[in-house]
Amino acid sequence: MTKRLVIIGNGMVGHKFIETLCSQPHDFTITTFCEEPHLAYDRVHLSRYFQSPRPNLGLADPETYRAWGVRVIHARAQAIDRTRRVVVASGCEVEYDLLVLATGSYPFVPPIEGRELEGCFVYRTLDDLARLEAYAGKARTGVVLGGGLLGLEAAGALQALGLKTHVVELAPRLLPQQVDELGGKHLFRYVKALGIEIHLGKTSKRIQGQKGRVVALEFADGGVLETDLVVFAAGVRPRDELARQAGLSIGERGGVVIDDYCRTSDPYIYAIGECAAHRGRTYGLVGPGYQMARVLAERLLGKESRFSGADTSTRLKLLGAEVASFGDAQAESPGATEVLYTDFARGLYKKLVFSEEGRLLGGILVGDTAAYPTLHGLLGERLEQPESLLLPSSAGSAPLPAKAQVCNCTGVARQQICEAVRAGARDLAALKQATQAGTGCGGCVPLLTEILQQELKALGEAVCHHICEHFPYSRAELFDIVRVMGYRTFEELLQGHGRGLGCEVCKPAVASILASLHNEYILKDELLPLQDTNDRFLANLQRDGTYSVVPRIPGGEITPDKLMAIASVAKKYGLYTKITGGQRIDLFGAHLHQLPQIWAELVAAGFESGHAYGKALRTVKSCVGDTWCRYGVQDSVGLAIRLENRYKGLRAPHKIKAAVSGCVRECAEAQSKDFGIIATERGWNLYVCGNGGMKPRHADLLAADLDEETLVRYIDRFLMFYIRTADRLQRTSVWLEKLEGGIEYLRQVIVEDKLGIGGELEAQMAQIIASYQDEWATTLQDPEKLKRFRHFVNSEEPDENIVRVEVRGQYRPAYDFERLTALPMNQGGAHD
Amino acid sequence: MTKANRCWRHICRLEEILEGTGVCAKVEGRQVAVFRLEGKLYALSNYDPFTRANVLSRGILGNRGERRYVASPLLKHRFDLETGECLDDAQVCIPTYAVRCERGEVWVGLLGRER
Repeated sequence: MTKRLVIIGNGMVGHKFIETLCSQPHDFTITTFCEEPHLAYDRVHLSRYFQSPRPNLGLADPETYRAWGVRVIHARAQAIDRTRRVVVASGCEVEYDLLVLATGSYPFVPPIEGRELEGCFVYRTLDDLARLEAYAGKARTGVVLGGGLLGLEAAGALQALGLKTHVVELAPRLLPQQVDELGGKHLFRYVKALGIEIHLGKTSKRIQGQKGRVVALEFADGGVLETDLVVFAAGVRPRDELARQAGLSIGERGGVVIDDYCRTSDPYIYAIGECAAHRGRTYGLVGPGYQMARVLAERLLGKESRFSGADTSTRLKLLGAEVASFGDAQAESPGATEVLYTDFARGLYKKLVFSEEGRLLGGILVGDTAAYPTLHGLLGERLEQPESLLLPSSAGSAPLPAKAQVCNCTGVARQQICEAVRAGARDLAALKQATQAGTGCGGCVPLLTEILQQELKALGEAVCHHICEHFPYSRAELFDIVRVMGYRTFEELLQGHGRGLGCEVCKPAVASILASLHNEYILKDELLPLQDTNDRFLANLQRDGTYSVVPRIPGGEITPDKLMAIASVAKKYGLYTKITGGQRIDLFGAHLHQLPQIWAELVAAGFESGHAYGKALRTVKSCVGDTWCRYGVQDSVGLAIRLENRYKGLRAPHKIKAAVSGCVRECAEAQSKDFGIIATERGWNLYVCGNGGMKPRHADLLAADLDEETLVRYIDRFLMFYIRTADRLQRTSVWLEKLEGGIEYLRQVIVEDKLGIGGELEAQMAQIIASYQDEWATTLQDPEKLKRFRHFVNSEEPDENIVRVEVRGQYRPAYDFERLTALPMNQGGAHD
Repeated sequence: MTKANRCWRHICRLEEILEGTGVCAKVEGRQVAVFRLEGKLYALSNYDPFTRANVLSRGILGNRGERRYVASPLLKHRFDLETGECLDDAQVCIPTYAVRCERGEVWVGLLGRER
């Protein structure tokens, strides 16, 4: 039996409820009332409406609702008839079996004289903003009443509209709900430096008007502030009038009373979000509303789920200022003590609140909130070194919590690693041996190294940046030595500046440096012993000793003929085929001796090496852009192809990934890449130093609205600067974190050419680009090199130890437990 | 059980092994990795016991103090070229073989029947 479910209100919470419900099979017929002309949009980021190009804030769209079978009535619900179970709107009545109130809240306008004058605004809906924008065109000065979250948002909007902006707050500080007195002082300085005037502890008495329009704001103390418009941002009140009329229970301070299941006093009616009062409390935040939406959707899907109050911790960026507050931020718990860090010059304020037993109760962060996720996760824990979490992040990024898992393969936490270091494991090899961390996939080794260095530093031991025992230099220093001395081989460098024979750490690092500087064929006899196995065989070594092959597909654009060429190679050699995360095709399971034959066929079909095996540029991913997309504003495919061809083969301290998106929808996910580009209507925005992986990081905007030539010049400089100065295996994101001065400094170097090396970096890049060769095409020309592509030097047989199992119509290497039954015990020779 | 008579099997010419690298040879059904480093030859099992793949001949050669080793290309475990001991895990040791070069030809020596 389908039930008729009606939702009044299509804001963020109403939409989240529908979305959660419709993500599962259900048997409701759903109708929602939506009073605004738009379906749900992102009210939290409303101020982005004033950005250019104007972003799409929409959360819901009519097609999706149609696909879900949700009927939308764009009308205001006027009454609820509980006896007939009907919602009455102008022009229609809708029957329900279950009703959900998601009516949200309305902006509170204090009962102040003059509030009806033309030029008074609230800040709540897209229509409010459109009206404000239209009026602001004729105005020069604006006043925001309210210095809370919404008030500062509105002040930023007025400034963006070009108005001289004032903020008036009744309390003695800004953000009175979120920060304390000292935090407020920091914010005050920051906001004032932006050119916004702030009036604290001020009671507004009257708005003065002339000819029906706002001209000034008069304070209770007699002062007068001339202004052309006033924006009310004095908080919100639950919209509970429908519920009141219908006779539902209402909380003491407003809001429809609900229980832990979001039920109102009528069992057929539920309420969620800002219109609801749970245990006497209303929430003016979207987070708790989302929780209620989820709880109710799960209840209706027949699952046990309840709402037991919500965390009101917040982390925000207001006018560019980072602010976070969590837990008992105001230290109201009995016996609470505080640890503070404050630095007015750098605009940093951090406070942690502890219980008497030393457990973390809450805190406030202003200016740098990087530690927020860590700290939030540590609520209720005892902290060994709280100061390490408060110090500015330039002194090293905030350490992970002790219990955080570092190596997912072996399940080793940070705590165990630190203990092993303290017990005497003072280098990476010893640490791996002691903890087993880093012995699985190896992906955590950079993090492991960082923890090792942090811990050594904490123990007061000198942290050694030497690349290994063979060279008393860091990678960046070695790079400079090779560049200045003009070395072209490892031997020259070792004789001049090192000792011993070298190792698996310094050899590939030097090979990479030589490639970045001279770009010679990497299989030259002098260079070959330095190469990691992948570079040595120009393919990716997989777990059973076979290789995978990735042809380059620039920008992800490929013709049917080329697809057929790949397909025929895969079929001929029995290769497992998979589309990679970077818009290419990976062919797995090639035996060493098959690589030349496979590549001969791929090269004949017009493919080049994809360098998937190297610490080199991998892909420049792209969305389809304005070639086909109805939203695209630029040719993202064309640019991605140009960039991928420009930088292909470029070797670097770590692999480099990039992407180009044709509009702000960001379908290419450019902000998670080493460099990412997003089209605007005026050009290209360049983002740098993002990454996915274990510690994901969003890229930073380096420069905006660039023309293509400037964009390419900046990328040239950026990549070469990174290649010159990064540590071995250091990703751009970590490199930027360690770069003194951060993104600002990087911008000075790349955009403003503060060091005067821009031309040199470009010239070096130009030389690398000019000397590009397809390594596979070159290798196929050289019979001597091809001799190395076989498993046995004295036999043409393949490795008999390779065992395959069929899965989903293809072959993969056997796992150990399968191998035991597949192989005779004495086979393989080396088992004895 | 060990008999002393060693039998030698021809592998390849010395110039087929590039200085600073290794090759893999098939000797009596065994996979033997033969390395050439600073004028010396070394022969070890080609089998990496940590990853169960026959890949050691493709590893990078290096030294730690006096010990010369090959680092497995898979998970970088290091094996002493002289003794076959794993530098990262004292519990693990892989077989080593006799190897010599005569008139530019490389030979690997196997005991008639090992163990």
